Amino acid sequence: MTTVLDLAAPMRSTPAAAGTVARDWTAFAATDASGVCRMEFALEGITCAACMTEIEQALRPLAGVETARVNLSNRRLALAWRPDAISPDTVLARLAALGYPARPFDPALATGGSSAEQRRLLRAIGVAGFAVMNVMLLSISIWSGNVTDITPETRDFFHWVSALIAMPAVAYAGQPFFSSALSALRHGRVNMDVPISLGVLLAVGLSFVSTLTHGTEAYFDSALMLLFFLLTGRFLDENMRRRTAVEAETLAALRADTAIRLGADGSLADVPVSAIRPGERVLVRPGERVPVDGIVLTGASEIDVALVTGETLPEAVAPGAAVHAGTLNISGVLVVRVSAGAADTRLAEIERLLANAAAAKSATMRLADRVARAYAPVVHAVALSTFVGWTLAGTSWTEALVIAIAVLIITCPCALALAVPAVQVVTAGLLFRAGVLLNAGDAIERLAAVDTVVFDKTGTLTLPDADLAGALDPDAVLRAGDLAGASRHPLAAALYRASGIGAPLEDLREVPGCGVETSAGPGRRLGSPAFCGVAEADLAAFRDAHPGASVIAYAEEGRAPVLFAFAQRLRPGAAAVIAALRAEGIAVEILSGDTVAAVARTAADLGLDTFTGAADPAAKIARLAALKAQGRRVLMVGDGLNDAPALAAAHVSMAPASGASLAKVSADAVFLGEGLGAVPESLRLSRAALRAMRQNLAIALVYNLVAVPVAIAGHVTPLIAALAMSGSSLIVTVNALRLRLARRRGAVQGQHSPAGATPPGATEAAA
Amino acid sequence: MSVLVYLVPIALLLGLSGLVAFLWSLRSGQYDDLEGAGWRILDDGDV
Repeated sequence: MTTVLDLAAPMRSTPAAAGTVARDWTAFAATDASGVCRMEFALEGITCAACMTEIEQALRPLAGVETARVNLSNRRLALAWRPDAISPDTVLARLAALGYPARPFDPALATGGSSAEQRRLLRAIGVAGFAVMNVMLLSISIWSGNVTDITPETRDFFHWVSALIAMPAVAYAGQPFFSSALSALRHGRVNMDVPISLGVLLAVGLSFVSTLTHGTEAYFDSALMLLFFLLTGRFLDENMRRRTAVEAETLAALRADTAIRLGADGSLADVPVSAIRPGERVLVRPGERVPVDGIVLTGASEIDVALVTGETLPEAVAPGAAVHAGTLNISGVLVVRVSAGAADTRLAEIERLLANAAAAKSATMRLADRVARAYAPVVHAVALSTFVGWTLAGTSWTEALVIAIAVLIITCPCALALAVPAVQVVTAGLLFRAGVLLNAGDAIERLAAVDTVVFDKTGTLTLPDADLAGALDPDAVLRAGDLAGASRHPLAAALYRASGIGAPLEDLREVPGCGVETSAGPGRRLGSPAFCGVAEADLAAFRDAHPGASVIAYAEEGRAPVLFAFAQRLRPGAAAVIAALRAEGIAVEILSGDTVAAVARTAADLGLDTFTGAADPAAKIARLAALKAQGRRVLMVGDGLNDAPALAAAHVSMAPASGASLAKVSADAVFLGEGLGAVPESLRLSRAALRAMRQNLAIALVYNLVAVPVAIAGHVTPLIAALAMSGSSLIVTVNALRLRLARRRGAVQGQHSPAGATPPGATEAAA
Repeated sequence: MSVLVYLVPIALLLGLSGLVAFLWSLRSGQYDDLEGAGWRILDDGDV
């Protein structure tokens, strides 16, 4: 009971697949100089702090375990052990016995809990926070002193201390903005960071000149406060993105993407997929996913290609056939030679389409950047005309310059720069709780504009695994259950699930390509209809009754053989979700790679009249382009490798967590859970978010309309600048937080609870 | 007001020591698991 692989034990007929395969731990772990190995595991079943304590207390007494620390936020276990004293298999066995099965991370994919960017921003926040607090103390003394009886010497001293704190702090904490603004300018663009950097640098520069010339006013506190607020916003934004990435990594690890490498000497080792090199051989057993693209060397089997092409009927493969990563091996043991990157034309074609689609999409501009592009020139023009105006009016050019700089400081878009990210962070948190992980923050504003939803069929509208759809004799399900439980065939597994029988049969014989049989007791067989002696006429009649279904048979001595039909079942609540979408005036259609007849059946079940079947990736993109030409904003929902280009090409896209990894990377959001409720829920949350973004931008604009005339008139003091800036930032942030309250009210009324969506981990743990 | 000449630097040093403590806590990974940390203080059996 160490790993999932041990469950492969019932395979007995093929020697290569018998027994367990030792995991090659050196391929997973990092070893330091003192010989201690370190690695991370994704844990299933962790729900609370008690689990954390239980795991740590169970593992620490084990001899050879150096440290065992659970991270409750991302459900990971960091383990350090001495390889000469203990094997991680022992640790995994202990964890499994406690009820927390663990899976190792593929070291090439795991990036750890927090990113370098996150830590850099936190350091900058720390520095800016320290500086703003100290400078503000001095500033308040100066402000109150200016209206009472502060001596010029004391004011100068305070200004110098402020300058000594503020200038190094701005130079350090402002870097994220300066570098972004520089790179934008270098590419001939203007983003929000340009006016921010300009405002901060001018404020500090003007204040330093004022300090040198024994002036009464300095804006050090305004510049630092601006940085502090903006850094906080940027950190929260980065945190949101990071949380999604970490969750996706954990899901990938729990999915158990490891490969069994077949060495030259015939030895077998379980290694991470990234450790497999082209030209090596891997063993793929029935019921496992093919880990890499390759060519079949030996063995014959059927392959479920639903994840690659969307077709539900399995494909037969023999030596020489190409197999794709992510497809499911159904019946026989295969040895596959790993092919290098683009050897496979179908995958290469998908990758080419994907690159084209991604390049075309980067043209859509984000709301915040659109505002920045309009805002920056206006502000700079106003500042320039202020300078020119005051000079013409007869003021000295130095005084006119000070007023113009004050305009730039007061218009520095603090509220504007927070308006969109604040809403994004709050909404991403709400979506996260609804089981939707965002890959891109700006997906929210694109989701809000959606008027058409295009669903893929296989694996998206339907559940990824086939389920028992019909049997000639319902009682036979119970009789065949124990036999089915011993086979690794996916249809047999579905039959076993349906029977609800606890213990699978131990002693049986597997007949390659046919099925399983037992000789103990009455002779019983489960497998292909021919293997079980089903008459052709019966089979034809049964197939007519269950169109598009896969069929297996069960035979028992002294009884007539029984046929079972298996079909892809619609996701729970799919019809309700589609009805809800259409009730909101959103057009819904199906775009699938499966046969036209199969797609038509699903469309009829869901009451949809627009559907396209037998669509290859290029045809899917063409359909999306046609919809775009009609002026539609399309949300594409798909799970397969063949959907990946369409997901990248669509206005916005979502993929279920059960989908192919390329599809999940290409989509703007990934949703968890069995149901499709996440789709209408994310549309609803996004529309509320877009409203809040527009309100925030309006608030920021109103603030400028009030403050700018005061600045142009030359009446801005450092006190007014500080109040106006923090005031507008707080209003914008509070308005974003309001979304959370709206959500809570909705939850109380029970109207918007997402059907079928579950918190992260709950469903994946079962997968 | 000459007292300020040494009081202000003292105040700044105190503030700086807070900043250094923050940077140290950041470096030692104390912000990696904000959820778990809140529960660990309730765990008596740890030491």
